[in-house]
Amino acid sequence: MASNLVCKIHPMVLFSIIDSYERRNEDAKRVIGTLLGSYEKGIVEVSNCFAVPHNESEDEVAVDIDYARSMYELHKKVNSSEMIVGWYSTGSEVSVHSVLIHEYYSREAKHPIHLTVDTVMRGGKMNLKAFVSTAIGVPGKTTGTMFTPASVDITSYDPEQTGVEVLQQGKYKPKRQVSIQSDLIKVESACTKLRQMLQQVLEYVDNVLAGKVQADTTVGRFLLDLVSSVPKIDPEEFENMLNSNMKDLLMVVYLANLTRTQLLLNEKINSIPA
Amino acid sequence: MASRRQDSHVQFVQIDGLVALKIIKHSQEEGAGGTDLVQGVLLGLVVDNRLEITNCFPFPRHSEEDDFDEMQYQMEMMRNLRHVNIDHLHVGWYQSTYFGSFINRPLLDSQFNYQHSIEESVVLIYDPLKTTQGFLALKAYRLTPAMMKFYKDADFTPDAIAKHSISFENMFEEIPVVLKNSHLCNALLCELAPPTKRDEKYNFLDLGTSAVLEKNLRQLMECVDDVAMDTNKYLNFMRQNFRQQQAKQQYLQKRQQENQQRQVRGEPPLPEEDINKMFKPLQSPPRLDCLLVANQIDQYCNSISQFSAQSIAKLFMAESLQENAGDSAAASSTSS
Repeated sequence: MASNLVCKIHPMVLFSIIDSYERRNEDAKRVIGTLLGSYEKGIVEVSNCFAVPHNESEDEVAVDIDYARSMYELHKKVNSSEMIVGWYSTGSEVSVHSVLIHEYYSREAKHPIHLTVDTVMRGGKMNLKAFVSTAIGVPGKTTGTMFTPASVDITSYDPEQTGVEVLQQGKYKPKRQVSIQSDLIKVESACTKLRQMLQQVLEYVDNVLAGKVQADTTVGRFLLDLVSSVPKIDPEEFENMLNSNMKDLLMVVYLANLTRTQLLLNEKINSIPA
Repeated sequence: MASRRQDSHVQFVQIDGLVALKIIKHSQEEGAGGTDLVQGVLLGLVVDNRLEITNCFPFPRHSEEDDFDEMQYQMEMMRNLRHVNIDHLHVGWYQSTYFGSFINRPLLDSQFNYQHSIEESVVLIYDPLKTTQGFLALKAYRLTPAMMKFYKDADFTPDAIAKHSISFENMFEEIPVVLKNSHLCNALLCELAPPTKRDEKYNFLDLGTSAVLEKNLRQLMECVDDVAMDTNKYLNFMRQNFRQQQAKQQYLQKRQQENQQRQVRGEPPLPEEDINKMFKPLQSPPRLDCLLVANQIDQYCNSISQFSAQSIAKLFMAESLQENAGDSAAASSTSS
């Protein structure tokens, strides 16, 4: 049954949809486009998308089908495993025109999903909804289609996750900019975050001991796990391991600097006239 | 007009979040997570002193079809993107790299071609393996003006290098990269924060650093071998050149002596022979590859130093944790 379909969407698709919404023509109220991805036993994974120009008025809708087809061909050249899995539109309502567009897409793919992204942000949230069409009505007499909601999930590859995290940092800055930080700064900020978390835990434990907060056994068990996860190693052994690791790294740094000096000397050879 | 364009130098590169995510996704899907090279085109425009990159599209990998498809693919893609109001101006290209080994001849050639036709174009290097570990590794590079002039002459002898004063340090210049999002994107990020936060991993705090270091060092060794070989060849050339010069001098001297003797004896002097025909001048070896390898070594050294610095920091963190555990163990043993 198609109604218990699960949609997994990559963040890149959402960014792309927003970008095409921002670039829409003056008179267009919403943007539509094709969703590409793969389909596997009840799970649809949407990994790419592209916008399709369309004209919409009160009583008719025209979609540039040739454009859609040629874009799909181009995308297929890069990634031949991506198939059309549905289409998207911005705006939160599913109108009559959507049914027509959905029909076109059901010719291109079986069980196409229709994704709506509410860019106008009704209710202060950007809602993501996915629909699949099911036939309703009395068989033999008037039949119609109904859009049944499907569940939406955000999924991403590991590096995508890192990318999104970096972008998250730019949310609250005045210029909305975030520069790529060096490794050391990243480790430092992770260190401060860990320290804050440990601080919170310590406060909680102090409060429980002073009787201000009631002790919770599940939290207690987590705390026990936490403390015991620091491996119990003989301090001397640990010192040895640490020192040898440190020595390796320092030696590597020394070698790197030495190589660089050697390179500079090598440059001098080039300046000796032949 | 020409001089004005040279002054308006792009000082930093501003990338839309969408572009970063697209590059990541392309490399993940096509590059088998980082082992294969992926390339693509960057689109955007130049505003004031920054280069804004607003969109990108990937290149299909070189399959059995000929390159003509590539041009057509590009043209069609740009035409289609124009329909949906996406910036269709070429401003550069991107490439993924494997452990930082991207300074080679093809890159230089492509970047030169790009920069020749579009002055502000940059090449974005994306390191997928580093990003998987938790650091977003996107860097923008451009050839320096001196390097452009040098490459145009296509004369890679040591004299040309000295004339243009090219060293491996001023071949490429790195331009700072900034990521920027529109307000609507920020709203989306706020939406995405809860579902994705549970996956927040701290895998860059991993202490297992030896594998990466080993790999880097091995590549460094190969490059150093290359430089050593190249230097040997160059030294050989210089030695031969020197010997040739000496031989030439001796021959000239002998000639002069003979001529003098003949004059004394009253005989006509020997005809001047073309020296060059006797001693063929040796070709100076091209030094471009050596420069590239030197630059590559520099890159490796930089990344190794950075990586080691970060590993040392992590070791110190682990040490402090262990100390606390040791202290508390000692305290608990004394109290009980």
